[in-house]
Amino acid sequence: MEKSYIIKQISIFSENRPGRLAAIAGALREAKINIFAFSIAEADGFGVVRALVDRPEDAHRTLTDLGFRVSFTDVIGVKMRDEPGGLSDIASILGDAGINIEYAYAYSGKDAAVLILRVDQAEDAVQKILGRGGELLKASLFR
Amino acid sequence: MASWNPRAEEMPLDEMRRLQFKLVKSLIYRLYSFNDFYRRRMKEHQVHPDDIRTLEDVAKLPFMYKNDLRDGYPDRIFTAERNELVRYHVSSGTTGKPTVVGYTERDIENWSESLARGFSSCGLGRGDVIQVSYGYGLFTGGLGAHYGAERVGATVLPTSVGNTERQIELMQDLHVTAIACTPSYLLHMGEVAEKMGVSIKNDTELRIGFLGAEPWSEQMRSRIEDWLGIRAYDIYGTSELSGPMFTECAEQRGVHIWGDLALVEVVDPATGEVLAPGEQGELTITMLQKEALPMVRYRIGDLTAIEESPCACGRTHPRINRIQGRVDDMLIVRGINVFPSQVEHALLEIPQVGRHFQIVVDRKGALDSMLVRVEVSEEAFSDKITELMVIKKVVEHRLRSSLNVGVDVELVEPGTLPRFEGKSKKVVDRRSL
Repeated sequence: MEKSYIIKQISIFSENRPGRLAAIAGALREAKINIFAFSIAEADGFGVVRALVDRPEDAHRTLTDLGFRVSFTDVIGVKMRDEPGGLSDIASILGDAGINIEYAYAYSGKDAAVLILRVDQAEDAVQKILGRGGELLKASLFR
Repeated sequence: MASWNPRAEEMPLDEMRRLQFKLVKSLIYRLYSFNDFYRRRMKEHQVHPDDIRTLEDVAKLPFMYKNDLRDGYPDRIFTAERNELVRYHVSSGTTGKPTVVGYTERDIENWSESLARGFSSCGLGRGDVIQVSYGYGLFTGGLGAHYGAERVGATVLPTSVGNTERQIELMQDLHVTAIACTPSYLLHMGEVAEKMGVSIKNDTELRIGFLGAEPWSEQMRSRIEDWLGIRAYDIYGTSELSGPMFTECAEQRGVHIWGDLALVEVVDPATGEVLAPGEQGELTITMLQKEALPMVRYRIGDLTAIEESPCACGRTHPRINRIQGRVDDMLIVRGINVFPSQVEHALLEIPQVGRHFQIVVDRKGALDSMLVRVEVSEEAFSDKITELMVIKKVVEHRLRSSLNVGVDVELVEPGTLPRFEGKSKKVVDRRSL
């Protein structure tokens, strides 16, 4: 049950220099893979591009074939109201439930805003969020 | 400057050659009779001590290489008993395994004598205070220079490397007149001193520098001498010879190699053929009086030429010109020898990164920096930045401990490092001397 809310995010190692994001995005475009959301985390000379895409398996294969270092990471997507207080509601749920966030990024789509979370115990988090009336994205959106 | 040991230093050439012949002949007989390694090597080479009838016959003897020390690790090719040794030094080998050199009391004595001659030929003596800013410890530089300077009666300030501001304070407070260090470290000291508001030229008594353990140039010499107001002399050696062993004299026209201690040849790096004086090739040295670890026709790997014309200083011993480069891919980073093969070897033992690498050496300010670019392996790639930073730190730590020199590591995308292009692409040296 909880598993159906655990989404496969793709994470791509990238050097921190001009043109690397273009190379990744270009490859996904070629493969007609749609990107729902992405973020870039940067460190000393390198970074990790994290993305939610409509076909994670295809994206993984495409990028790996091109020589990129790619991995899957389990994340969850919490729906938020796209209005003042939307994030606050969700953050309170997480805080009250004692869920620690490793990293997060968000996007605002047609239906709702979504907060994408990387947490330690994903299944546990899903259970707690649902238990507190939170709404999560289904993993079936990403095939 | 007056000779420290006039009888030795001003020995007529023909007398020196007779002495060298006697020394080499007895050395070869001793090695052949008492040491398996040398006897086997000579037999393989089909040469017997009886075949050495003139000094030129030395060319019949087989060469020795750094690998011979590595293969004989730690002391299998030593020719002294363990209880005769008074010291060890250890340097990094070409791969993971270090090379060990041992010294008898007489070896230390001759090492100090050699440097005492060199130091005094540049005017160092009683009343001087010499700051030894070479590393003390397993590296030969610190203790070698230390003993040589004490021998000529100078006062030694054994600062070793690092803590530059303190070094500059001590240089002023203790009236330091001479320094032994790498040329790049001295330039670094000059820069740090200026930031402290100290001019080495005007605010210290420094007048002599013995600079070596890394390549440098005449342009660097002029810059150092003009800027710091000192005379800068080249000092040469490797741990296989003992350590820093030979220096220029006040004429600054090449490093005198004391003929009673070492027989110097320059050979064609490809064919091994002995080259005439003035011709550039690979420096090859036979240590004539070493007891614990005599090196016979040891191929050092440095490119130079022998200068036999008489030196204006009156010393008769041959000189070698400034080192022009290496025959192999050895790098010298902050005075420490680094072989790319050591990096390769170390990386093989770190599963988090691939085996491909690129070394980028640069000079930031006056000091060398070494960057090693590696690829994160598929298994180790994590989405978490903190874990990737840990991998970077692990590789930096491992490389540092196997190379004995600090290294920055850069994680790069797979497939971006040179694969089969050979050595030239694996090392990028951006330093200009």
